[in-house]
Amino acid sequence: MSPIIDVRHIRKSFGGLTVIDDCSLQVAQGSITGMIGPNGAGKSTLFNIIAGSLMPDSGEVLLDGKPITDLPANRRFHQGLLRTFQIAHEFSHLTALENLMMVPPAQEGENLFSTWFKPGEVRRQEAETRRRALEVLDFIGLAHVRNELAGNLSGGQKKLLELGRTMMTDARVVLLDEIAAGVNRTLLGDLIGNIERLNRELDYTFLVIEHDMDMIARLCDPVIVLAQGQVMMQGSIEEIQNTPAVIEAYFGAETA
Amino acid sequence: MNELIYFFNYVVVAGSVTGCIYAMGAVGVTLIYSILRFAHFAHADMMTLGAFVVLLLTMLFPHAGDALGLPTAIVMLPIGMVFTSLVAVGIDRAFYQPLRTHKVKPIVMVIASLGVTLMLQGLIRLFAGTGAQSLYVDARKEIFRLEVPGITRPIILTEPQVILFVVTIAAVVGLHLFLTRSRLGKAMRAMSDNPDLARASGINTRLIITLTWVIAGSLATLAGTLLSLDVAFKPDLSFFLLLPIFAAAIVGGVGHPFGAIAGGFLVGFAETLAVFNWSVLLRPIRDSLPDWLALPANLALVGTEYKIVVPFFILIAVLIWRPTGIFKGKVI
Repeated sequence: MSPIIDVRHIRKSFGGLTVIDDCSLQVAQGSITGMIGPNGAGKSTLFNIIAGSLMPDSGEVLLDGKPITDLPANRRFHQGLLRTFQIAHEFSHLTALENLMMVPPAQEGENLFSTWFKPGEVRRQEAETRRRALEVLDFIGLAHVRNELAGNLSGGQKKLLELGRTMMTDARVVLLDEIAAGVNRTLLGDLIGNIERLNRELDYTFLVIEHDMDMIARLCDPVIVLAQGQVMMQGSIEEIQNTPAVIEAYFGAETA
Repeated sequence: MNELIYFFNYVVVAGSVTGCIYAMGAVGVTLIYSILRFAHFAHADMMTLGAFVVLLLTMLFPHAGDALGLPTAIVMLPIGMVFTSLVAVGIDRAFYQPLRTHKVKPIVMVIASLGVTLMLQGLIRLFAGTGAQSLYVDARKEIFRLEVPGITRPIILTEPQVILFVVTIAAVVGLHLFLTRSRLGKAMRAMSDNPDLARASGINTRLIITLTWVIAGSLATLAGTLLSLDVAFKPDLSFFLLLPIFAAAIVGGVGHPFGAIAGGFLVGFAETLAVFNWSVLLRPIRDSLPDWLALPANLALVGTEYKIVVPFFILIAVLIWRPTGIFKGKVI
């Protein structure tokens, strides 16, 4: 399997603090790759660099062999690289349905020219986007709250909406930032089921940051362990759980 | 009845004119705030700039409007809007964007916009001089006198006032349709709600910022030109509008376009009512007043020279009653 995400020698510091220190890693096409590590290991920073929300000081990010290091987040989005946020983001003043409809496949209407000169095309696409958004809401089980303002949804529903956003377009890689945090067990089951279905049926590749080891164990293979801004090891969840150095880094020295 | 017509001319018409101008300015200020999150103090001088461009074009082609039966300045308005929008986008790229990429605090942006305002003022004075100039070059302002049957005093409307009302209504309806119906308008609302998520949803935030300046620049040109057409072009004309416009935007709820329109009219009418000479309305009952009560010649709440106080009085009163403005502001 060829890597769809290839991170090469990334460095990033904030002031005097080096958070990512010459980090390289690969995410295989079609995998659900987990990323774990203690707080402050640089997981979120690395995530933001891959998603385009932060620029690295040096190093390269490749998507499917093509360098994307200098592309802003919205351009990466259109190349099929999507992300969710650790703290669920939503357009709180738009409804759940409108939130999803903000994510169209080709964004025809966002071109100034077509808004004025091709209204028919724009309307057709709008109808198509709406149909898709309704399907997605059905898929993630939020159809009953589609006309509710997203700001009024529960924390767990907002997380589902985040996942739903990634289904509005033909994503290739989805970065999930602690999608399980603050989600109750029943809803979490739905989330995991949906992620597996997307991976199996639509061939989405996932890179998952997670603190919930149950979820990592159920979902991810391989798992990458990040510590002090570098990849400490990579392997199956069993290998990781049986490596003393990981346990030491993750849980502190006394459990080793 | 003459007194009622007087009231109509000096309060309803004058208040609507001021209200329209304030509303169009405040919508621009509020849109810039909701997308870029800073108070753009150079906005009033974008109004002056727009009017100045139209004045220049009118001086170059004084008879361009004759064929259409419109004042030449109105025919030149679209060109002025395009030019001012380009300047607004240029100012953003040259002054504000470098600050944004360094993620400076909003106060730095505000001070930068004060710098831009002084720069624009200086430049406009350099080319336009400091005197007043009519936007009717080689033409006469048309004044409509509407006779009301049975009353000697006519309702007076000027041509620029009529155009101002039509243009304001068109601009408000257009803006509403744009923000609620078009994808781009929705993307704009989305960005004002959550810029990070907007980018992560594939929305081109650079395009939205450009568009914000285009809308603000166009509205500023409309307001500046139509005001100059009704009164006269003065380089410091819109600088005196800056504070009432900000008061209007804040009263309406910052970041809320329709709040800005409501705020504009509230401030505009309050100003006009405050300086209105109420003794005119009392004149018919003068004879029935007791002897010890003489009617003064001028019975206004405040003198014209203190007009600027009124918006701020309203601002404070409204903010005590509703700290977030009439409409709850922040996102479009």
